[in-house]
Amino acid sequence: MTTFVQQLVNGISLGSIYALIALGYTMVYGVIKLINFAHGDVFMVGAFVAYFAYTGLHLGFIGSLIVSMAACALLGVLIERFAYRPLRQSTRIAALITAIGVSLFLENAGIIAVGAQARGYPDMLPGSPFQVGGVTISTKQVEIILLAVLLMVLLQFIVHRTKIGKAMRAVAFDQDAARMMGIDVDRTISYTFAIGSALAAAAGVVYGAYYSAVDPLMGIMPGLKAFIAAVVGGIGIIPGAMVGGLVLGLIETAVQSFGFSLWRDAAAFALLILILLVKPEGLFGRHAREKV
Amino acid sequence: MTAVVDARAPVSSKWNFWILLLGALVIYGVFQVLIDQRILNSYSALILYQMCLNVILAVSLNLINGFTGQFSIGHAGFAGVGAYVSAVMTTKLHLPFPAAVAAACLAAAVAGLVIGIPTLRLKGDYLAITTLGFGEIIRVILINMPYVGGAAGMTVHRETNFAWLYFSALLTVVVIANFVRSRHGRACIAVRENEIAAEMMGLNVTYYKVLAFTIGALFAGLAGALSAHTFYFIKPNSYGFLQSFNILVIVVLGGLGSITGSILGAVVLTLITAALQDYPEWQMVIYSLILILIMIFRPQGLMGTKEFRIPFARPGGRGNGHVAP
Repeated sequence: MTTFVQQLVNGISLGSIYALIALGYTMVYGVIKLINFAHGDVFMVGAFVAYFAYTGLHLGFIGSLIVSMAACALLGVLIERFAYRPLRQSTRIAALITAIGVSLFLENAGIIAVGAQARGYPDMLPGSPFQVGGVTISTKQVEIILLAVLLMVLLQFIVHRTKIGKAMRAVAFDQDAARMMGIDVDRTISYTFAIGSALAAAAGVVYGAYYSAVDPLMGIMPGLKAFIAAVVGGIGIIPGAMVGGLVLGLIETAVQSFGFSLWRDAAAFALLILILLVKPEGLFGRHAREKV
Repeated sequence: MTAVVDARAPVSSKWNFWILLLGALVIYGVFQVLIDQRILNSYSALILYQMCLNVILAVSLNLINGFTGQFSIGHAGFAGVGAYVSAVMTTKLHLPFPAAVAAACLAAAVAGLVIGIPTLRLKGDYLAITTLGFGEIIRVILINMPYVGGAAGMTVHRETNFAWLYFSALLTVVVIANFVRSRHGRACIAVRENEIAAEMMGLNVTYYKVLAFTIGALFAGLAGALSAHTFYFIKPNSYGFLQSFNILVIVVLGGLGSITGSILGAVVLTLITAALQDYPEWQMVIYSLILILIMIFRPQGLMGTKEFRIPFARPGGRGNGHVAP
């Protein structure tokens, strides 16, 4: 029982990291129907910006987190402006290849900038483990979960209670109609990238603090997993991404705790395929009818 | 000297085919002599081998992505199946190389069939991510198989030469080019153009999708078997999604739906990669920038959907039975 609760906490904290990344995927997919493969690398950049802000500028955890989120928001906007916007009218496969190109660029520019080898991440989230009814829970995990919940509540507030959130929902629903209603579609897309990238940066910081190591290729697998989480939850649907992330984190932790840690990645993809075959629109998606 | 003509233009296709085939044989002769006379050093020869392999992979993926319109990014997984099956056949079971190649093609085709039947119901990005998932699952399975060396990989004998690679590539091109122009190929193109309309016309859409997928996987298996026995070392990570992306990039760079485009894309991209080999640090950065710039400035790829044709093959010429209106 204690192991179960222990693994449950592990699963939820891993899952909330996935959920934070998945939110960026799902928001971007919602507005421009693009699998932003570079998103996982924005997550990596976020981890590194916080690393340098913490070790070089001594900004502390909150300060480093804010700096990193701001830097990545800017990075996301720049990526959209210079790599994706010129391709908005062309085929989706061209946009996808560009996204892959941006992803490769960030990874390899990262290798040139900071070196390929992994480096230790500072212990940004200090605090001793505490016990609840025989279960040892690290403060780190609690802080990660709290931060994720806080950011998700904030995101829900932005999307549902602010003007820009309303614009995002409108653009996601029907871009042309939104434009006719006087919504600045380009600006809304930029905001979407900014918010999604900031969330990825936050995920990168807590990921680094949780696993205590970062390297320029660290974003590839979490990026793909988060995309799976987004699809599992129903891509384009924000609560879906959160649930998808948690489900994926729990399943991975379960597979790992049964001693199949080498099969962890396969389990994630198997979940994806299963969901797509049984319920292709995702757990929260509505079935869209095909019209001639 | 040569020109690009719209694929729909009524050009004497038979003459075009034989002339291009003759040209391919001449090119083979030239390069074989260059290799035999050691005018091309062994490094350049390796680039040439890689080019042939990339042609096979790109043309076969183009059948799936370009002609049938099914967005697959798990192509390297099938190459991995082919590579491992053939490697086990030659190194563990000591079977002759041609038998191993045949088995590799068959195994990859079966894998394509098994994966294709359930997944091809999905569309667009969902299909893409599922094929990527299957490719990754194949990789993880290989990593977890101690029999084939796990993550460390396994060593294979060198069994191929330039003739093997070149004629395999040529065979792939000829078979797929003819398939695309056959009744079945036209059905695949109809599926790409409008699935619902194709279904209305009585086409069994799922059948053609699975057919294209299986044929594509078969040739990917061929490329895998050849690459294993050319570079005599295989490991699961060589068949991950990065490799699948690379193949996809070649196809899109050449032009989706253009076989000659895929060949051109394979040649160009292999050369770019080889040219950047001297700057290992910057190689991938420059590569990715080139990729982004090409997509921004020429999103339809180098050839679009057009094919390379011989200009003096006149419209309505002998052989294709075309009647001028």
